[in-house]
Amino acid sequence: MSVDMRTFLGHVELANPITTAAGCAASGRELAQFFDLHRLGALVTRSITMAPRAGRPTPRMAETPAGLLNAVGLQGPGVDAFLERELPWLAQRGIKTIVSIGGGTVAEYAALARRLADAPGVTAVEVNLSCPNIEDRGRVFAREGGAAAEVIASVRSVMRYDVPVIAKLAPDVADIAAVARACVDAGADALSMINNPLGMSIDTVTLKPALAAVTGGLSGPAILPLAVRCVWQVHSALPGTPIIGVGGVMTGADAFQLILAGACAVGVGTALFHDPYACLRIERELEDLLRARGFQRLADAVGLAHRPPGSAARHLHEESSL
Amino acid sequence: MQVTGTVLTTRRVDAYHALTVVAPGIAERFRPGHFVSVSVGGANTAMVTRRAFYVHDVKPEYGGTVELVFSAGGPGTAWLAERRARDTIDLVGPLGRPFPLPRDPVHCVLVGSEYGSAVLFPLADALAERGCRVDFVLGAASADRVFGAMRARRMAERATVTLTTEDGSLGVRGTVSDALPAVVAGTRADVVYACGPMRTLRAVTAVAIEADIPVQVAVEESMACGIGICMTCVLPVIGDDGVTRMTRACAEGPVFRGERVRFEDVGTIPFDALGAPGGGARHVS
Repeated sequence: MSVDMRTFLGHVELANPITTAAGCAASGRELAQFFDLHRLGALVTRSITMAPRAGRPTPRMAETPAGLLNAVGLQGPGVDAFLERELPWLAQRGIKTIVSIGGGTVAEYAALARRLADAPGVTAVEVNLSCPNIEDRGRVFAREGGAAAEVIASVRSVMRYDVPVIAKLAPDVADIAAVARACVDAGADALSMINNPLGMSIDTVTLKPALAAVTGGLSGPAILPLAVRCVWQVHSALPGTPIIGVGGVMTGADAFQLILAGACAVGVGTALFHDPYACLRIERELEDLLRARGFQRLADAVGLAHRPPGSAARHLHEESSL
Repeated sequence: MQVTGTVLTTRRVDAYHALTVVAPGIAERFRPGHFVSVSVGGANTAMVTRRAFYVHDVKPEYGGTVELVFSAGGPGTAWLAERRARDTIDLVGPLGRPFPLPRDPVHCVLVGSEYGSAVLFPLADALAERGCRVDFVLGAASADRVFGAMRARRMAERATVTLTTEDGSLGVRGTVSDALPAVVAGTRADVVYACGPMRTLRAVTAVAIEADIPVQVAVEESMACGIGICMTCVLPVIGDDGVTRMTRACAEGPVFRGERVRFEDVGTIPFDALGAPGGGARHVS
């Protein structure tokens, strides 16, 4: 008995719930050396910016307990080169592609969305809201519902109606459900969480910060509980909104936690650095777990941990009636 | 490709550890300059980044083995140093772009600092096969950290091996780049190949530029993935079009033409690099 792993982001169907996490699959070609990208639910690109970006100086990376600090600084070729070289390569192969975008102003996000609106091969647009807002003293858009909503509304207004707009949320906020609600009210079709929480590490030999950028985003298994909590809270507040759960997923069981908390898709990031085949392995492990628990469809498990205490384990009865 | 390799032998070589692993797919595809990445800490490891190592030796036994040489500096390499025969480790490779080899039998000087020397031996074999003369300059801070002196002496029958140590405990006192000009002149070298820390490669490149001969450097940059997706191993490299880009050591390297690497700017974003902050207008429409 195979489990029906299909999932939906808005009206867009994905063959399975496992995607790459933004910024963890470079242009796609790098991972294509290892496996057929069609086996991903979708590939999420790095955050595309208007102009080319050189990123941050090195060291950009420091290993931390069960985690990884990074400060890459959205290094990328800019939207022109992306549309010329990277997106067509993915589109020609029919790989479901969620394009992540990042900007410094609301206008820059809107301009990026306009460039993507006519490009073939964009399955959805993920708006990276953890970029510093140039017009707000460099504070990130994701820190507050109003700023996030302004970006989402401007992207939604120029994106084609059949391309879902996904808001990528940061966990470094007092009330993530409030930011999520503001994004959905502004037109977000789906949410993705969590972006890297900020962290810092100090080298005790050099007596200096381990990263050239001083602070960096923390990823890896250390942040899984944070991701589960955020997905749980947002799914409670907005049960009808599709969520891509991202953060520290290394195994199928980790992905299953996010699904049970309310995610209908799961992004895999840092695990890819450790194991290029992580997405395929996690998808297989998740399917095995669902089957072992008697699920026939992934969709039946989404948010299941929210059911009130004492309620019956519905799916197990369904299984026994077969 | 990803291979679960079985450890065949482990040995200490002076200050370093050498691990021979049965990894047929990797050994078969290996070219000098390729590297492999290793997952450390076992199945449920808390160490999420892979460790990248140059390959010291490839042998056809057991379908193909690779030998890695490393210094046990952190918890990851310490774990690796504890592996014993018949343990298995997870390898991905061969990775990166190998050394370009000359078509003609030219004179080559191979320069290695610390365990960076390891990568030079498969290269020396390949060069010798093409009839190249191979001279070595190997160095380190102290005698126990000079890697491969014996093997270099065995290989270089009709050539020279120059050893350097900063404390003078072996060979010439100084660094490899101090000894290099005399070797380049004495052997009438046509090309220099080098591997070691950035400051060594910078100095070696300067010597080669001075002598007006090409230099190929294999860089040692810390990496999280080794396959081109984490974007952490970048360094400023000048492209064919004259534009400096923050270039991945793993995917576009680890071997670069020395004069193309902006060694003095490693660890920074040069103001004229493509996409440098403030460089060029932000074209927000």
